[in-house]
Amino acid sequence: MTATAVSAPGGQARRDGMWTRVSAVLWRRPWARATILLTPPLAWFVLIYLASLVVLLITAFWQINPFTTNIERIWSFGNFTTIFTSSAYRGIILRTVGMAAAVTVVDATVAFPFAYFMARIASPRTRTGLFVAILLPLWASYLAKIYSWLVMFTHDGILDWSLGKIGLSQIHLIYTNWAVFAVFCYLWLPFMIIPVYAALERIPPSQIEASQDLGGRTWRTTREILLPLALPGIVAGSIFTFSLTLGDYITPLLVGGTSAQFMGNVIYSNIGIANNVPFAAAMACIPVIIMAAYLLGARSLGAFEAI
Amino acid sequence: MMITRARITRPMKITMALAATSLVAAACSSSTSSNSSSPSTSSAGPSGLTVPTANLPVLQKIGKGEGQLNLIAWEGYLQPQWVKPFEQQTGCQVNGKYAGSSDEMVALMKDGGGGQYDMVSSSGDADLRILYAGDAHPVNINLIPSWKQFFPAFQSPPFNTINGVHYGISLQWGPNVLMYNTKDFATAPTSWSVIYNPKYKGQVTVPDNPIQIADAALYLKTSTPSLGITDPYELTQPQFQAAVNLLAQQRPLIEKYWDLASQEIFDFKNGNAIVGAGWPYQVSTLKADKFSIGSVVPAEGATGWADTWMLAAKAPHPNCAYMWMAYISTPKVQAEQAINYGETPDNSQACAYMNQMQAGSCAEYHANAPLSYLASISLWKTPLATCDNGKTDCVPYSEWVSAWNTEVK
Amino acid sequence: MEPKALRVGLRIWVVLVLAFLFIPIILIVLYSFNRSNIESWPIPSFSWHWYNVAFHDPQVRSAFLLSIRVALYATVLAVLLGSAVAFALYKYKFFGSEAISFLLVLPLALPGIITGIALNSFFSFTGIQLGTITIVIGHTTFCIVVVFNNVIARLRRTSGSLAEASSDLGARGWQTLRFVTLPLSATALVSGALLAFALSFDEVIVTVFTAGAQNTLPLWIFGAIRLGQQLPEVNAVVSIVILLTIIPVVLAARLAGAGAVTRSARGVPVGEAGS
Repeated sequence: MTATAVSAPGGQARRDGMWTRVSAVLWRRPWARATILLTPPLAWFVLIYLASLVVLLITAFWQINPFTTNIERIWSFGNFTTIFTSSAYRGIILRTVGMAAAVTVVDATVAFPFAYFMARIASPRTRTGLFVAILLPLWASYLAKIYSWLVMFTHDGILDWSLGKIGLSQIHLIYTNWAVFAVFCYLWLPFMIIPVYAALERIPPSQIEASQDLGGRTWRTTREILLPLALPGIVAGSIFTFSLTLGDYITPLLVGGTSAQFMGNVIYSNIGIANNVPFAAAMACIPVIIMAAYLLGARSLGAFEAI
Repeated sequence: MMITRARITRPMKITMALAATSLVAAACSSSTSSNSSSPSTSSAGPSGLTVPTANLPVLQKIGKGEGQLNLIAWEGYLQPQWVKPFEQQTGCQVNGKYAGSSDEMVALMKDGGGGQYDMVSSSGDADLRILYAGDAHPVNINLIPSWKQFFPAFQSPPFNTINGVHYGISLQWGPNVLMYNTKDFATAPTSWSVIYNPKYKGQVTVPDNPIQIADAALYLKTSTPSLGITDPYELTQPQFQAAVNLLAQQRPLIEKYWDLASQEIFDFKNGNAIVGAGWPYQVSTLKADKFSIGSVVPAEGATGWADTWMLAAKAPHPNCAYMWMAYISTPKVQAEQAINYGETPDNSQACAYMNQMQAGSCAEYHANAPLSYLASISLWKTPLATCDNGKTDCVPYSEWVSAWNTEVK
Repeated sequence: MEPKALRVGLRIWVVLVLAFLFIPIILIVLYSFNRSNIESWPIPSFSWHWYNVAFHDPQVRSAFLLSIRVALYATVLAVLLGSAVAFALYKYKFFGSEAISFLLVLPLALPGIITGIALNSFFSFTGIQLGTITIVIGHTTFCIVVVFNNVIARLRRTSGSLAEASSDLGARGWQTLRFVTLPLSATALVSGALLAFALSFDEVIVTVFTAGAQNTLPLWIFGAIRLGQQLPEVNAVVSIVILLTIIPVVLAARLAGAGAVTRSARGVPVGEAGS
């Protein structure tokens, strides 16, 4: 293609050079451009991330030498049968999934009114301030935040002291699953508020007004207009509350007690302590399957609609 | 501007197919597994096993320091008061990674320390596992002058010296003590039975470590002689089951099995626990904070540990590693560490220094105790299927781990 | 408009939630002044001692610097790779595009411990030694989707005709990119980068498995928690970090306008309801 008389932005004279031709080719064949743009990131993902997940999956079918803990490539389903035939491990899986679901439900319930306020009632300055307020805890170290809860929940700690001051009896929450539950809800709350806010903010006020004009009272408007429109945001937030709870081992380690055995702990103790990588890998397949199913469900609920 | 599907998908599909096949090919064809640095070993135990690294050449002379030293250590083993002078004297900057159990140390040391770590302060129950996995390097003991001052029992102990080849130097040793809050116990408890007593429901704490089964076995050795337990690490199936049952009964008494030393410190300080099993490190930290803590080795004796600074097979900074071994074995530093942590030094000359630093500490930490004291402590060792008496019906460690995770906890 | 009672109720709710979010943070700062090194309530005595210790601690300094370095590398890589995918995908819907976005979300959607042990096994499988590079690889992998979602959400709002017009006026591809597309997506890139940086800086689980002998700040904090003898120093360090980040976060929120930042926030793809 030869140069035309029009000059490019910036006043540079268009040279009929190689770059122009390359650019034109890429313009005419968008798939070539897409491929060039996609190759580095996809190569990264496939060669590093997917490859490592596949390696992990394969390792789940191997065993270790019990004395030296070196991996021996003896193919078997042994690890999986151990997990599914042991009532202890089955209980752990159920407890973890139950905890993740409970945290998700509570966080969604707490986040929704907050996000609604931010999106529809707050003035722009308040909105910015609230937004900063949600982001700031994300910068405080995750470990330090858990430790604060330890101090709050401990015997004669701040919680007990406050309860005593207002005349109630002490509840020793530390090292119980309630403590673990509270800490999880706390840690992941910002991750739920933000997508719900984004979804609510996107709803045009006219839709709410229309619903009210048609006679809908607040609860009905909420149930039939707001919630469905905000659902993709809730589901998107729930992906994170669910998966972050599913694999966390540090919170149960620090705040949980004798019954705080979750999948993350089993995986971690097998990898970092017992050095039984195959068993840890087998255990790790379970959250992978659960999250894959969850993601597919989330997709159908529209959480991925933007793509 | 929509592009027809065929044009976009074809190159994408080819790329994906190529990637997938190369992945599978790589996984299947790779001939070395991720950490088989040793030839195939039988799972029976040391009899018949060789240390894969036994013939590696040792350092003949300590050269110039490499400027860095990466150590895996128990909490409390790398306190600034002896690390800083070392760094100043040798220029080797110490990077410490804490591990809270022997299992963790074995895991971190796999693949010879992965080319990352230089040394590990492992206890007797980890040493053999590290050695036979080929993760330790022979040490030239002649380069460590203070070694000659060590008590004979610790110069070439069976957990770090095989067939005359040293793989590290002994460090210090000590008991797992019974800790108690002096406000709740007017006199020191005399027996381990106190941590199995339902009277203290919710107030007991013990380590989250399968080796704790040996502690239960040690208690049963005296309390239930009919079981015939002699060595708490070599248990036949019925003896093992009895210990596990005792621990399962203990479970309701425990609010938290401590994984990190700091957790036990926190729990005693805040009243979450008033009695339990712990290391002298927790005791000395609480004492330094002026807390009402007491500790005792009860009548039944105690389990304990003897630590070694073991050299990693792929240590990236061997000169600094030797400098560290030479430094940490000198009497003065041994004394410092012993008092700070609450353990017993292996260097026989440390006693005088200990009394200088803190009057009476030499006796308090048994630095000059007769061998009978050492004999009363059952030092950690890896439970193997082959018992010392030649039989092969002892329960191996892997079963300790699974019993701990499924039956006790 | 909402009824008055509801508005009042919502205001109370917001205050309660803010209290819930901030009480532990306030405690962190409070305990940084705790003279005793074992945490308990009430605090026995207050002092600046631990701030002094933190400032002079070489381990803290090197851990902090490593965290910053890793976060910077990971953010830069994530911006390059994430925006590349966004530019490639925003116009063209093809069979693989949904699969690609699914793939990109995986590192964040799968629990961190799985990403961590997968990468760890992979590194030992391929003989790559654990170190700064492996930490950066781990962090970049989950940061890519954060940038990607930000940028693509923004690009979908812009009209494709702007780029076409630019080409009609004779601009080469690169010039279009530089003068048209990039300025349009600048705020999305900035907010994506900021979130990626935040994610990487505080990341602990994946880092445990991909780090060698060196410590990032979260790893140093974990070590200090194990030791149990310098916990108020941890609080002092965290308080300083919070202080340092207030300003960039406020600036970013103001700059981008809360709307743009939230829409791209946390990299979560949100359904385009009604737009």
